Amino acid sequence: MADSEILTEHIDPEAHKNIFWVVNDCWEMTRRSIRHITRSFDQIISLILFPVMFMLLNRYVLGGAIHTGINYANYLFAGIFVQVLAFGANYTTINLAVDLKEGIIDRFKSLPMASSALLIGHITADLVRNLISAFIIIAMGFLVGFRPNASLTDWLLVAGLAVLFSLAISWMSAILGLFVKSLEAAQWIGFVIIFPLTFISSAFVLTSTMPAGLRAFAENQPVTQVINAMRSLLVGTPMGNSGRLAVIWCVGIIAVCAPLAVWVFQRRNR
Amino acid sequence: MSTEVAFEVKNVAKYYDKVKALDGVSLQAQKGKILGLLGPNGAGKTTLVKVLSTLLLPTKGTAMVMGHDVATEPDKVRQQIGLTGQYAAVDEYLTGLENLQMMGRLYRMSVKDARQRADELIKQFDLEEAAKRPVKTYSGGMKRRIDLAMSLIATPPVIFLDEPTTGLDPRSRLTMWDTVKKLAGGGTTILLTTQYMDEADNLADNIVVIDRGKTIAEGTPDSLKAKVGSDRLEIVIGKKSTVEEAKKIIGGRDVQVDKDKQTVSVASRGGVGKLKEVLSRLERANIEVDSISLHRPTLDDVFMSLTGHTATKDSSTEEAKKKKGKK
Repeated sequence: MADSEILTEHIDPEAHKNIFWVVNDCWEMTRRSIRHITRSFDQIISLILFPVMFMLLNRYVLGGAIHTGINYANYLFAGIFVQVLAFGANYTTINLAVDLKEGIIDRFKSLPMASSALLIGHITADLVRNLISAFIIIAMGFLVGFRPNASLTDWLLVAGLAVLFSLAISWMSAILGLFVKSLEAAQWIGFVIIFPLTFISSAFVLTSTMPAGLRAFAENQPVTQVINAMRSLLVGTPMGNSGRLAVIWCVGIIAVCAPLAVWVFQRRNR
Repeated sequence: MSTEVAFEVKNVAKYYDKVKALDGVSLQAQKGKILGLLGPNGAGKTTLVKVLSTLLLPTKGTAMVMGHDVATEPDKVRQQIGLTGQYAAVDEYLTGLENLQMMGRLYRMSVKDARQRADELIKQFDLEEAAKRPVKTYSGGMKRRIDLAMSLIATPPVIFLDEPTTGLDPRSRLTMWDTVKKLAGGGTTILLTTQYMDEADNLADNIVVIDRGKTIAEGTPDSLKAKVGSDRLEIVIGKKSTVEEAKKIIGGRDVQVDKDKQTVSVASRGGVGKLKEVLSRLERANIEVDSISLHRPTLDDVFMSLTGHTATKDSSTEEAKKKKGKK
């Protein structure tokens, strides 16, 4: 019977190479997630409020009491920037948890699409959100007295590192999103991990002021390396090894978490 | 496998720790036919749909769709099927049109085809006015329609409909029946799960009844009804206290009692004659009769006689699955 040929005439996966369709799937999923940003009032509000709030609170409430050896706005900028990027990744956890909870996940999984596309869509949307946040942070920074002495190359390196860090933390968040049992959990689990990671770091204070144990953690964890590298590029604090270490950390996290997330996603509940 | 078979399940079982969601179900659907999968909540209907649509791997047995094994060739199966689950699986922030076009692209249709087909479906499902509104503004019936339309975008030869009318108002339900009939008329093979007897009776060419993960009957709606026997006489007794006595007086091999409804029913091969006889016997015994009716067996009766409980009663597996936190 020729029924199946006639009925499936619309589907022609052979018309393009496989990689074309993987890119197509990722694009469709990314476009979907980006539409969620522009159509969800909550997302837009938090996207604007978070950077503004973090910057103002730290600069003016805590800033007077903290001594870092340099102008605090200059010290703080890289810290707040990285913190906002890290919190942005929580959207991947939440949005993934929402998708898994609703019937739409079954629909996507029953389609001949690349199964990693849904994850990649959410993570790329994180990048887009973080790009918006970045502009707000930079504008806020200048408002509160941030005066960088970075060249264009330095700024490009900062941008590159920001993208790399955002991808790393989003892939980590994707794994969390695949394991949480409820939306509430998706919301707090990101905070429980990201708050300590960004606070026990060089984001707001010199790590030399911390007790020994905390200091050892703070000085050797990836967020500190990323912050130190950015700070050095932007305001000329000593770079040391932090640039190299930041890149190694981020690439390492992506190399482990991305395949792991896809693997967990494909096998989840089958 | 014969080319006439659209999908086939052989001895499929799905076990979770202690729960047997499916325990050896076999079924087969011919191309262009509607196969009704009938059973109460927790019988294993959704699990079977998930196995057929490659979402779950069976613990035992094989499932083939259009000649491809769901376990070894999931991608080939996915190109041939459309799935409409129990809950509207629609992106609420996207418009109806965007949802359809996205689905088309994910089914690997060309941009042009996806657009054209999306427009067609919007018309076919009477959603023209709402096409450019986010789906979250849709009514329940509209969501169901766009949901079904999404699984039809690539005109797949096999469609799985998991309880497509649960929660719909009567009018939307009839519209859905009409759509399903038209689809089958156009050559699509459909697996329809339902817990409504009249739905299976109305739509299905063949019915498989499952309960607690096992097949308990199969056949055409007529052959299933024939199994239960002929017409039944249903007598509603006036006083609850006399229901048991009425049962004894009416007698017969397959007399059934529903104490809550104060109803006694019995097979009636004699038609009107039997009706007269039963009434006069009850009158002689001074048992008050509220009403009496003669009706043809429904699939409800089939279910009752096969399982000993009605189709709307939950079976135990659903409870156990819920405790495990499974959907």
